[in-house]
Amino acid sequence: MAIRVQAEDFDVGTEYAAFTAGRTSIGGVAMFVGLVRDIAGGAAVSAMTLEHYPGMTERQLEAIEEEARRRWPLDDVLVIHRYGRLEPGDRIVMVATASAHRDAAFESCRFLMDWLKTKAPFWKLEATPEGERWVEAKESDDAAAARWAQ
Amino acid sequence: MKILYFAWLRSKIGVPTETVELPAEVTTAGALVEWLKTRSPRHAEALANSKVVKVAVNQEHVPYDHPISATDEIALFPPVTGG
Repeated sequence: MAIRVQAEDFDVGTEYAAFTAGRTSIGGVAMFVGLVRDIAGGAAVSAMTLEHYPGMTERQLEAIEEEARRRWPLDDVLVIHRYGRLEPGDRIVMVATASAHRDAAFESCRFLMDWLKTKAPFWKLEATPEGERWVEAKESDDAAAARWAQ
Repeated sequence: MKILYFAWLRSKIGVPTETVELPAEVTTAGALVEWLKTRSPRHAEALANSKVVKVAVNQEHVPYDHPISATDEIALFPPVTGG
């Protein structure tokens, strides 16, 4: 297992190689990579600053991973989430799940992202031509997370 | 009791953290939010809409009826927007 909260960028290929190295029981890996978009709500975004709550962030991500492992038979889970100042095109988050079969990998990857978006204490501040603005939470994110309620 | 603020709650209140002496009658997360509103006009404005004021106690999300005590680490923040 690995949960990493970091300012630095990461290389998806390097992470994938390390994630699967020597693990021949893995039948499939699902990966999601979230990027900074250059437009949001009709406004151009020149930069995004991610703030988080050190300590609680790691704790929440670990709890989300634990829940994913409880629900699906996973060989491994990787979550990397960046904080600090990012620019359009920069990677924000990566989730990878490995399992013997694809259903568990696909479903758990989506679950991890949906839960992360509503539980991990990160906040985005966007820089636009009209000034800085805090990103508002979306009801669609709550709905996406609610689908996984048990 | 130490209280941490994040995102626009931090910028509206003007400090990232503050230490408060909790009155005995303030025993839940929701009561704390109500009491904090009385500390200054900045607090009152920042905390006006409780729908967008979330509370964590000891780094766990909690509902407003969750009990609090002086030794807890309390954080107030808007709905999260990571990912």
